[in-house]
Amino acid sequence: MSHLSRFTSYKHESAIFPTTPQRVWLAILIVAAILLPLFLVSLVDGRSWLILFATAFVAAIGAIGLNIITGFAGQVSLGQAFFIGVGAYTATALGSPAVLAADGSVELIGFDLPMVIWLPAAGLVAALAGVIIAPIAFRLEGLYLALVTLGLVFVGAHVFRNWTALTGGVGRGREAATLSAFGYRFDLDSQVLGFNITREQQIYWLMLVFLVVMAILAKNLIRSKDGRAFAAIRDRGVAAELMGVNPTKYKTLAFAISSFYAGITGALLFTITGFIEPTSFSLLLSIAYIAMVVIGGLASIAGSIMGALFIILLPKLIDLVFLGDAIDLVMGWIPGLGSESGEPPLTSAQIERILFGVLIIAFLIVEPLGLYGIWIRIRNYWKAFPFSY
Amino acid sequence: MRTTLLGEALPDAGWNGSGPLVEVDDIHLSFEGVKAVDGVSFQVSNHELFAIIGPNGAGKTSIFNCLSGVYRPQGGAIRFLGNSIINTKPWKIASMGMARTFQNIELFPNMTVLDNLMLGRHSSLSYGFVSAMVRVGKAERIEAENREVVEAIIQFLELELVRKSYVAMLPYGIQKRVELGRALAMSPKLLLLDEPAAGMNTEETEDMARFITDIKRELGIGMILVEHDMRVVMDLADTVLAIDFGKPIAIGKPREIQENEDVINAYLGKPHAVVETHMESNL
Ligand SMILES: Nc1ncnc2c1ncn2[C@@H]1O[C@H](COP(=O)(O)OP(=O)(O)OP(=O)(O)O)[C@@H](O)[C@H]1O
Ligand SMILES: [Mg+2]
Repeated sequence: MSHLSRFTSYKHESAIFPTTPQRVWLAILIVAAILLPLFLVSLVDGRSWLILFATAFVAAIGAIGLNIITGFAGQVSLGQAFFIGVGAYTATALGSPAVLAADGSVELIGFDLPMVIWLPAAGLVAALAGVIIAPIAFRLEGLYLALVTLGLVFVGAHVFRNWTALTGGVGRGREAATLSAFGYRFDLDSQVLGFNITREQQIYWLMLVFLVVMAILAKNLIRSKDGRAFAAIRDRGVAAELMGVNPTKYKTLAFAISSFYAGITGALLFTITGFIEPTSFSLLLSIAYIAMVVIGGLASIAGSIMGALFIILLPKLIDLVFLGDAIDLVMGWIPGLGSESGEPPLTSAQIERILFGVLIIAFLIVEPLGLYGIWIRIRNYWKAFPFSY
Repeated sequence: MRTTLLGEALPDAGWNGSGPLVEVDDIHLSFEGVKAVDGVSFQVSNHELFAIIGPNGAGKTSIFNCLSGVYRPQGGAIRFLGNSIINTKPWKIASMGMARTFQNIELFPNMTVLDNLMLGRHSSLSYGFVSAMVRVGKAERIEAENREVVEAIIQFLELELVRKSYVAMLPYGIQKRVELGRALAMSPKLLLLDEPAAGMNTEETEDMARFITDIKRELGIGMILVEHDMRVVMDLADTVLAIDFGKPIAIGKPREIQENEDVINAYLGKPHAVVETHMESNL
């Protein structure tokens, strides 16, 4: 084989999706995802489905980020809620108008800049926060990062509650950044080429585009030199170092990129509802992201997306399965759980949390590779159907 | 052609500076009372294959760990390429051009043979993370160029059939070879081999000896070899250092060491059965 043809064949071999079935299935999936809103919009609760999917796409970006540090680089982080908060408030401060008090003083900071500025800025500020914390977080091995990031979530929650000029304060909150680019508003119903497009449809498609871009960037990262270094540190730290991998540098890099992804999620997440409550960034939010990554599959980009879809759509699925309020009724019948006042003993939010916990444990024990692992098994079952050769 | 393949693929391997490649000067290392290394000194020059022998627990692996920065000796000096590396981080020493294999295989089990070797190229892959994420132009080109290098190593070590296999699935003898490949991928100036033939059958041992000879001839790099199989040591080494209880007993040409009374006694002094068989069959 000549020098040149070998060169090109290696290039082809290391392509992002090397096999034909992979590429065809991916194309089918993306086309389906693009067409879905045209169908959903005709459902009675189509708007809420569209919003849920858009939310899941944004959450998937954060889950990919968490998977980069935890799944690929093997460092457990509980800090996702903090970095999502940093991203959310960076975006909102830059991307929404200032609010003035009656006496003309600034009540809420705001610069009303366009999305092309607030979105990358949210990622970069979150990444910078990650880089600042990294030297403390990686001073010791093991679960030290988990402890440091746990503390971070509490510090963050406190700051977000009390920095009212930025967050509006508890019970009041503030508007999220405006979803507009080059003068085009994504957060309003509009008409394109004579077709009516709803606000929810636009948001769905916009978030889908962001997810696809961020997923491709992540996939490229993990099949590069840096991705190999992350996995090497995770699997055999000392050997990795003896191969020339600087562990501190690569842990910091993974953490910074992970925080960047969380920042982007924070920036986008609240534009869907248009509003940010400063109590949103609790440990529970971090745990939801851990659940996405564990349930979806550690060290898998596709798994992160599956996990996010699963967790975000879970409440809706529970409602579907239990026909809405039926769940509260059932809980009321269980002896000892019923309360005097006739209030349901567990709200659906609490049931959701319990389910998270149960699912995380179940997946860790039964299917450590997560939904992605289940998918791989199904795929192997079908071999390369219908492209087998 | 084998004689040029490796040298062409790894033009940056080897060192053309003057003076010794590595100088170890009276190093001492102890673990809570156990003197693992107790006053060892030696030099290795370019092109030289330097062997360290000694009974189990003599301190051979500990010397490697001092060289590559895993342990910091409590006393003494180590210079690599003329620079003191006593306070240098392991990853930095590695990227300066010191590569090694391990007594107990330290491959990345969840990676393919290819990825293990590409990881060996780590310090030669000069693109940043932004380039990696966008993956147009630079990262793509550098990855492909280094894949060429790795392919040459795969061909040299006859690993073509397993290049895409996950390392954990491979037999022990092949894993040892992959580890040698990963060390070669680092374009080393000094190569440390910790018992490369341990646990291998006669045929595998002969293959390994042939690879080491070829590396020496084609790359001309300095090597330090720790090996219990005395036939391998006698055939390959230019210089042999014998140690026992962390102390040097003798240094010289392989023949001199083979006949040295103290060395023979050091081996006999160990009641360990395995060492005795090594002794009988090899010395
Ligand atoms: N990390 C450690 N902690 C405590 N003691 C150690 C450590 N590493 C090595 N030692 C001790 O140092 C001494 C030398 O060990 P070393 O592994 O260097 O021997 P070796 O010559 O490589 O032996 P072998 O031929 O069995 O590989 C031994 O007594 C060993 O128990
Ligand atoms: Mg040893």
